[in-house]
Amino acid sequence: MSDNNEAPPPIPPDDDEDEFGVIKKFCYVNRKAPYGTVYALESLEMVLIAAAFDQDVSVVFMDDGVYQIKSDQAPEAAGMKNFSKTYRALEGYDVEKLYVSKESMEERGLTTDDFLVDVEVLDAAALSALLAEQEVVITS
Amino acid sequence: MKFSILVNEGPFTHQCSDSAYQFTKAALEKGHEIFRVFFYYDGVNNANKLAEPPTDDRNLTANWSALAEEHGVDLVVCVAAALRRGLKDDILASGFRISGLGQLIEAGIQADRLVTFGD
Repeated sequence: MSDNNEAPPPIPPDDDEDEFGVIKKFCYVNRKAPYGTVYALESLEMVLIAAAFDQDVSVVFMDDGVYQIKSDQAPEAAGMKNFSKTYRALEGYDVEKLYVSKESMEERGLTTDDFLVDVEVLDAAALSALLAEQEVVITS
Repeated sequence: MKFSILVNEGPFTHQCSDSAYQFTKAALEKGHEIFRVFFYYDGVNNANKLAEPPTDDRNLTANWSALAEEHGVDLVVCVAAALRRGLKDDILASGFRISGLGQLIEAGIQADRLVTFGD
């Protein structure tokens, strides 16, 4: 899942069941920069656990959250763990619906070439429609 | 309606925990069901029984414990977030329990609405 000094994988569920028999549309909206706070890292842990429970997971990157999937991250010099490779592992958890806010991306001078995963770019109207069809939305 | 509540910030430096508590209390008083309150990120600090705010101020930890006592509300603290912040069973206030993130997913599945309180 990640390189050296890796954190433990997401905590497995309490019981032996790995599903609840119901699949809901879970959407995580990541709006914060990857380092400096723990939001991005702990959000990723929520994403992985939803996938482990076979939920229909989407992840939206908007505002400074678009930096979470920026290629060539090098936070080690600042004493931070580089967890960006985990985003690449999401595909292995069947988390393939990754979306980026067009406006947030462009405001920061980024293009899809700057990202370390394949994403679908949505403008505000399309993003709104995506969120409207979700059943559980968790923003952080 | 059946609600689940997600609390993402600690007490005092954010309004979030107060709002979550007031929402939960109001929902119960209106006859709604609270399936679970899940504490994540710094929200886990709501469960620290060592907190002793001045007595003329609200004590959120005690308020949550009272809610659990009176209404049987399930207060669940994420184990990974808790360990990261040094919160363990021996300093856990009454009415709270520590468990895995799967409890949040279940809360999302079982409730009609999952309401997030954060920044």
